[in-house]
Amino acid sequence: MAVMNIIQAVNDALRLEMRRDPSVLVMGEDVGKFGGVFRATVGLYDEFGPDRSIDTPLSEGGIIGTAIGMATYGLRPVAEIQFADYIFPAFDQIVNELAKLRYRSGGQYTAPMVIRAPCGGGIRGGHYHSQSPEAYFIHTAGLKVVMPSSPADAKGLLISSIRDPDPVVFFEPKRVYRGRPVEGRITPWDQDVPEGEHTVPLGEAALLREGRHVTLATYGAMVHESVEAARLVAKEGLEVEVIDLRTLWPVDVEALVGSVKKTGRFVVVHEAPRTCGFAAELVTLVSEKAFLHLEAPPARVTGWDTPFPCTLENDYMPMTPRIVDALRRTARF
Amino acid sequence: MTPLASRETPQGPLRILRDDDQAPEVPIEPGELARMYRTMLLARNLDDRLIRLQRQGRISFHIGSLGEEAAIVGSAAAMLPADWIWPCYREFAAALYRGMPLEAYLDNMFGNADDPSRGRQMPDHWTGRAWNVGSVSSPVGTQIAQAPGMAWAAKRRGDDVAVLVYFGEGATSEGDFHVGLNFAGVFKAPCIFFCRNNGWAISVPASRQTASKSIAVKATAYGVAGVQVDGNDVLAVHRAVREARERCRRGEGATLIEALTYRLGPHSTSDDPRGYRKEEEVEPWRAADPLPRFRRYLEQRGLWSDADEERVTAEIESEIRAAIEVAERKGPPPLESLFDDVYARRPWHLEEQYREALRLREEG
Repeated sequence: MAVMNIIQAVNDALRLEMRRDPSVLVMGEDVGKFGGVFRATVGLYDEFGPDRSIDTPLSEGGIIGTAIGMATYGLRPVAEIQFADYIFPAFDQIVNELAKLRYRSGGQYTAPMVIRAPCGGGIRGGHYHSQSPEAYFIHTAGLKVVMPSSPADAKGLLISSIRDPDPVVFFEPKRVYRGRPVEGRITPWDQDVPEGEHTVPLGEAALLREGRHVTLATYGAMVHESVEAARLVAKEGLEVEVIDLRTLWPVDVEALVGSVKKTGRFVVVHEAPRTCGFAAELVTLVSEKAFLHLEAPPARVTGWDTPFPCTLENDYMPMTPRIVDALRRTARF
Repeated sequence: MTPLASRETPQGPLRILRDDDQAPEVPIEPGELARMYRTMLLARNLDDRLIRLQRQGRISFHIGSLGEEAAIVGSAAAMLPADWIWPCYREFAAALYRGMPLEAYLDNMFGNADDPSRGRQMPDHWTGRAWNVGSVSSPVGTQIAQAPGMAWAAKRRGDDVAVLVYFGEGATSEGDFHVGLNFAGVFKAPCIFFCRNNGWAISVPASRQTASKSIAVKATAYGVAGVQVDGNDVLAVHRAVREARERCRRGEGATLIEALTYRLGPHSTSDDPRGYRKEEEVEPWRAADPLPRFRRYLEQRGLWSDADEERVTAEIESEIRAAIEVAERKGPPPLESLFDDVYARRPWHLEEQYREALRLREEG
């Protein structure tokens, strides 16, 4: 075991997979010699050379289009989009090409690859360095969507994503890259991460805290706000079951529905805007599958339906006080 | 000669077939030349037959290659069997030349149970993995950004494989054209970008796609070779592509080939060009039809005769008739195929949706 932050865990996963499988490579803007603007690919250029740690021209559509071609030919690219906010020039390649290649070719061609993109707010980056665009990709048949919340999961999920036969969009919550919030301050990670082989299966949620009264489903950076909120309301006797989805799609529906059948109350927390956000899908699923168990209207604690702001970002994101409020209201209903 | 003047580069496009129907030093085996011509005839006959099937309501759509057969077959014939060909949507003749059976093509036209893409794509959206032929996508130009990745992957694996990617001049306005050429230039990818400049992108003329006189000249800015070729001269197309293929083999990187040709027919069966172009423009191109031009060359070399034409045409017509009859009789793909191949394995939500669709079908 070794203490790592999420960036180091991502780096460790990439290095191990590149050592294991010569077809695995990383590519993107600044990922080669420099090691990535967040340092996630640092050292890979020295170990694997410029043909497996590839600095590309500055073009997201080109990174993804080229990666699709490489994957179709049999390589396993892990393409980095520097910020999730910049993924949109590649949207056509992801949605119309990558996601549909297996289906449209009758299974003759596939393009298994991973798209890594730092996402989410909390770094005072304004709306072009803070967005959470996961819903667009969850909505697209043919893609898997993953978002870890901790170093150990980042490593295990990334390795599983690289080995997966389907294309995976892997969002990394950059606010908790180097540490997690403790009493409102980002504190360096002190979590042990297994060294060497470590996989976390796609499609399995993690139960972070057991509780009888409310089920709270969340993912990414908001996991930490949610756990803190659950800790605070526990002092009032409100026992919250916290589920970290980890794989957003295909979601671990059994974990969600099983928990809601026990608690009868459901709260979803995510940073992305509310309307047509992933919470809408989760609430619908739970309503369809556990309707007669519900004791209160499901609640969504999300980013507002505005562009992501800069100065007031802590008012935009569903931070602990908002989650506490939603838990109390849901429990009291 | 073809009516190309307004689109020519200063040095003029590469031409091999002369006005007297002779051509010097053609390094293609006679059997291969005959096969190329036969495939062009097959494509022409198919176009005619498929348009009629669409008019009769028996298929929903066809997008043809009338007038562009030399550009399509000449380029496909110049590639080696291990090479990859990634199509736009008008190059069924290239797939047939590579060995994709006529039956498989027609199975896609009818979207039946044997359609290699399992009825999931509209007509003329085929895939031919077994012949290293790609998968047709409708969004214009997306394949241009992917081809350098395939080519670069082949290079990194040490395979002597080049990638030929097709598109029309309309696609050169897309960002993916810039992206593909730029990446191929930077990565020195063994990639051949083949632009069928057929004059029209549905109703918009080539002059409205670019203020540049030629497409070929754009290669210069990407640091790749650029060649303009008479696209109705099948021998010139073959030579241009073969030379580009040699550059790939020598590690000299990509080539952009602009084949000057003309879309004699409508964009597709959903289009009527009478609304936007004059017959006077089309007429000289009919006179420059690549099929009789190639046939005259073969005839003067004694490689083709009226009797061959008659016999092969009859063969083709009967092959097409038989294949259509078989393809049309086959039923649709099974319901479960709707839910397969979205992912490698069917996840819980698609399993649920499959059961729902199955119940609805069983309940009638």
